[in-house]
Amino acid sequence: MKMLQTVVHEIETAAELEKMIAENENVMVCAGRMGPMCIPVYDAMEELEEERTNIKFASMAFDTPEAGIIRNAPECRGFMGLPFTMFYKNGKVAQATTSILNMQQITSILDTHF
Amino acid sequence: MDEIFDTIIIGAGAAGLTAGIYTSRAKLSTLILNEGAIGGQMVFTEEIANYPGVATTKGYILANTMKVQAKSFGCKIKSNIKITKYSFNEKVKVVELEDGRIFKSKSVVLTPGGRPRSLNIEGEEQFKGKGISYCATCDGDFFTGKEVVVVGGGNSALEEAVALTTYATKVTIVHQFDHFQAFEHAIQEAQKNPKIEFIMESELRGFYGTDQLEKVSIEHLPTGKTVEFKTDGTFIFVGYQPNTESIKGLVELNERNEIIVDGDKKTNIDGVFAAGDCIVKKYRQVTTAVADGTIAALSVSEYLRN
Repeated sequence: MKMLQTVVHEIETAAELEKMIAENENVMVCAGRMGPMCIPVYDAMEELEEERTNIKFASMAFDTPEAGIIRNAPECRGFMGLPFTMFYKNGKVAQATTSILNMQQITSILDTHF
Repeated sequence: MDEIFDTIIIGAGAAGLTAGIYTSRAKLSTLILNEGAIGGQMVFTEEIANYPGVATTKGYILANTMKVQAKSFGCKIKSNIKITKYSFNEKVKVVELEDGRIFKSKSVVLTPGGRPRSLNIEGEEQFKGKGISYCATCDGDFFTGKEVVVVGGGNSALEEAVALTTYATKVTIVHQFDHFQAFEHAIQEAQKNPKIEFIMESELRGFYGTDQLEKVSIEHLPTGKTVEFKTDGTFIFVGYQPNTESIKGLVELNERNEIIVDGDKKTNIDGVFAAGDCIVKKYRQVTTAVADGTIAALSVSEYLRN
């Protein structure tokens, strides 16, 4: 069941995320809630999705058991601020961030890795 | 871009979206340019229970409803953009974006809003999301069974401190004065909570740890004595500052960088209006921003008629 009110595609299972990472070279996934730290990231992803066609963008509801694949990722150890945002390159985590990101911070990460 | 809009609104918080609803509904061609997230400070509010006519709602839902409402009347919205230059002195106002796009209009409504103040002290950027938070409802549950510090003495600080006691075993409020600025009911709620302790007349001087925040340094202002204080997290609620850096020198600001307007929300520049958290005023609520946005939009209509 989808839990996030965002137009960014919402991944519902860990298996779906693994499939997306395996099938796409560049993937950005934001695991969060509908809160003030998360919504700006979804908004930015919504706009970037139109211009960065080489990247798959997705969201994931942070509190679902399936999102444990991100919550418990070693790259997220010590993270204590929503959202947890993952950037995957060729199936591997290129970067993971905690807490809010603005457009400039996101595009900087995308430009670095993708 | 050859189109000259009737009005360009800078910012898409409660004031900007309201102005957009009013001007576009009045058949004025309207463009909202927004550098941040649509909704402004509204989306930082978990629950809004004092917006008249709406029993209770979430900030992001109210913001989204306003956005949809403005668009339904033909208002155009461009967000996540970066404005690099304003020209307000001629009849036709010009706004230039970083990507080279130029937009022109007959009038401008400035509603850039405000943002949470940061402390700007050692370690703050390093431990953001790793112990330092600006949103208790977002990150409170990461601190279940832990001890946290709350910085501030206004309504947000005290109300969020009480909310954090749901998760934390101990909440220590650090405040620079010997009294709080919050409403009396918020003070009483905090004072009667057995999990909350107070360190008054004190300020944080730095954040320290390895991978995560482990301690803060606190200076007692009357004595100048600084102590280290172990903590698992720190929540910062020290008010808001207006987002007016980029318009400094273009319109008149006061010493707190708030835009000076008259009762009709006119600035000192002909055809330039301002509304919301960025203007000189005492109370900053969604309802006051909505009221400001309404007045500014009606003033724009009158200005364009004349």
